[in-house]
Amino acid sequence: MSELTTVPKAIGGPSNFLDERLGAGNFLKRNLRKVFPDHWSFLLGEIALYSFVILLLTGTFLTFWFKPSMAEIAYDGSYAPLKGVMMSQAYASSLELSFDVRGGLLMRQMHHWAALMFVAGMTVHALRVFFTGAYRKPRELNWLIGVGLLTLALLEGLTGYSLPDDLLSGAGLRITEGVAISLPLVGTYVTFFLFGGEYPGEDVVSRFYSLHILLIPGIILALVSAHMVLMWTQKHTQMPGKNRNNHNVVGAPFYPAFMAKAGAYFLFTFAVVAGLATFAQINPIWLFGPYTPADVSAGSQPDFYMGFLEGALRIMVPWEINLFGTSHAGTLPLSVIIPALVPMGIIMTGLALYPFLERWVTGDKREHHFAERPRNNPHRTAIGMTAITFYGVLWLLGANDEISANFHISLNVTTYAGRVLIFLAPALAYLITYRICLGLQRYDAGVVSHGVESGVIKRLPHGEYIELHTPPHEDIEAHVRGKEPVLMLPAAPDSAGIPPKGMRGPLGKLRARMSKAYGGEKIPLGDGHAHGEGHEEEEHAAIGAGDDHSLTR
Amino acid sequence: MTDNEHEIEQPDERVPRRVIGTPAPGTSMLGAPEREDVEVEIPGVTLQDEQKARKAEKIVALCFTVTFLAAIAFIISYVYFQVGSPESTGVSNLALGSTLTVALLGLAVGIVIWVRMIMPKYSLVQERHPMVSAEETRGVVAETFIQGANESGFVKRKLLRRTLLLAAAPLGLLPVVLLRDLDNSKMPGAAFNKTLRHTVWGEKTKDGKPRRLVVEGTGQPIRAADFNSPGGILSVVPDGYQHDLNALAKATLILIKFRPEEIKSGTNQNWTHDGIVAYSKICTHVGCPAALYEQTTHHILCPCHQSTFDAADGAKVIFGPAARPLPQLPITVDGEGFLVAKGDFNVPPGPSYWERGDAEAEARSKGGQA
Repeated sequence: MSELTTVPKAIGGPSNFLDERLGAGNFLKRNLRKVFPDHWSFLLGEIALYSFVILLLTGTFLTFWFKPSMAEIAYDGSYAPLKGVMMSQAYASSLELSFDVRGGLLMRQMHHWAALMFVAGMTVHALRVFFTGAYRKPRELNWLIGVGLLTLALLEGLTGYSLPDDLLSGAGLRITEGVAISLPLVGTYVTFFLFGGEYPGEDVVSRFYSLHILLIPGIILALVSAHMVLMWTQKHTQMPGKNRNNHNVVGAPFYPAFMAKAGAYFLFTFAVVAGLATFAQINPIWLFGPYTPADVSAGSQPDFYMGFLEGALRIMVPWEINLFGTSHAGTLPLSVIIPALVPMGIIMTGLALYPFLERWVTGDKREHHFAERPRNNPHRTAIGMTAITFYGVLWLLGANDEISANFHISLNVTTYAGRVLIFLAPALAYLITYRICLGLQRYDAGVVSHGVESGVIKRLPHGEYIELHTPPHEDIEAHVRGKEPVLMLPAAPDSAGIPPKGMRGPLGKLRARMSKAYGGEKIPLGDGHAHGEGHEEEEHAAIGAGDDHSLTR
Repeated sequence: MTDNEHEIEQPDERVPRRVIGTPAPGTSMLGAPEREDVEVEIPGVTLQDEQKARKAEKIVALCFTVTFLAAIAFIISYVYFQVGSPESTGVSNLALGSTLTVALLGLAVGIVIWVRMIMPKYSLVQERHPMVSAEETRGVVAETFIQGANESGFVKRKLLRRTLLLAAAPLGLLPVVLLRDLDNSKMPGAAFNKTLRHTVWGEKTKDGKPRRLVVEGTGQPIRAADFNSPGGILSVVPDGYQHDLNALAKATLILIKFRPEEIKSGTNQNWTHDGIVAYSKICTHVGCPAALYEQTTHHILCPCHQSTFDAADGAKVIFGPAARPLPQLPITVDGEGFLVAKGDFNVPPGPSYWERGDAEAEARSKGGQA
């Protein structure tokens, strides 16, 4: 095996051609060895990215056979139980795609599984970014792009889910119609425009088709590209650790290591999607039959990412008001509008505004390139868990019929429980998470000042037993010491007793109070045994049982 | 990371010299790499043990071979397994899917082993720079902007500026106007409410007779005398509209047979026939068909969001998010004893909407029962 000493002609020639025309050499000189920090949680977003690529590939395949038409035809394909049944061309072509095209069923199932992975990947990625504060300056714009992408992904899922025009997808469409028509003032217009007249009409599948395969994926593609470019330019955040600081980035180079890893990760994602499509059936449309507004199958469930909206619709109380009396327009079906708009509004608006609200509260205008450990910003982590619990309760209640059937609980009880839990559980989650974060901070303080348990028990001359503690590994210690207090606004009044500008008035006072609660060092790490800079190796922190309470308090 | 920590933070050291040199004129842009002894340690790059790497190479080669074989197997499966029936499609799906999965997995595992056991371990350091541009640059940009704005005359020439804005405003409206015909029925907005209020039950048949109720699916008309077991339930559609989805979306019924003493005051007795009651099957919440019926309790349940209606008592809501009862359809029998509609619903069926108003209260005030 010899090693390269010159660039091979096959690469050198074309590179030269390109460089003379594009000047790509300058870019590559700077970027071929761009450093990417390494942490498993930094790869979650890539699941979404690769799922999107798989969606484009499999989706293009599907378009070659799918016919987005609601014209009624008698089915004449090879699936015997539906032979001769009247159905839309969309459904018939979905069946053809499944039964008469080799690999068609595999591609259809891969497309569906990849869609679920796409949204799931985005969700966990967004959570990682949120909990580590990686949305902070200078990355707020990329965070906003991400929120936009998540919203578009839900829309993309909704339009795609409706295309096969089977009984299940029709149930989803009917609910979409019921929600759209409930909107105040514009509801009937929106519905008649969307469906080309009365529901269901003959247009919605072809309209959703052009949205689903062209408009929305086009925007997603553009935003994903922008997301990548920003990430590339701003460089990735890193976890605190040895030799790492806010002004550097430590990791593996793009070429060859990160490139190969990313390629392997794409293949893994692809393999998992293919494996799921092979062994886990999804959306067997031939079992549901063609859509008719007169029928629905029990246990109709949307895809998982719509579950929270479904749950909100289910636990809502039956409120409806007529603003201007009986015979006039002005009907507000709150039992539809509230669950359809409020949870989604809270979550998406909350996500979009959080970086700016946090900055307003902390007054932190610095650049941040460390991924903060969730415990070190306990209020943010608690708020995040509150949102997750809120979403989770709704999501669970979206399947309350399944819960009721499988756990033998009365259906009505699940709904009543949901109505209470939607308020109670998030509040509890806040309190519990906050306490856990403080506990973990206390544990960190213990590790830094007293070391870690060595497992060695020592008996002292007077009979007392103690456990020896050893200093933590330097990587771990550096990781723990990466903690920074959350910034607080300077709220102290000046010598004349006047609070600083922006802290007066009711809003200013609220801001000051929030800042005081949100910011600051909750549990200081402490310097313990003045053990630092690694020159006191001989000092083993041996602590007696009496001292040890600090670790378990 | 030993004693050369300061050195490695030099920007030049970010890129190990072994790999990339300065592009020389006339050569490829990658240039001729400076040859460096492999033994010389490059900061942040820890080479793998050659013996282990050699072992790993064999495993990687095995993985890649698996991919090669699986890909061939995929092609063979495609040719060999035909589709057509659910069974044969299942077999084809299994064969194609598993070979594809194995092919992708082999490549993925191979590359991971390659990265982890053959490529060096990296801990390279790069500097970050603040995103903000230099003060001087910003100043130049600001000056350029001002200069350009003045040169263009946009600031000085009011007429130009104002007419440009004037021109832009209606142009922005064009796409909105163009979308008006999205509603193919092209009815004026005021007519939406009217359309939603009426169903085909209000229309007589071509020969002027009231419209018959037929069983969904079979299209059989229903003889009242034959639908006689109390607790019986049928899903019913209007005769002549069995395949008209627009009509079905509003007019589908659920037909229930009661013992006369079971019917409570909420149900309009004049609209029933011999204990047979017809309700709209379209849920008043968001429009799912309320398809489930519990005989013992007379509960109609919508499977989508579990709104529950008491069929014996005018289908009033007893549970769930629906705010209004399912509208009742007035029915009777024709000369041949078949069930027919006496007229349309007196309130709009299906989900609520802005223009609907409290149609139930309105109907009551007109002396009817809703």
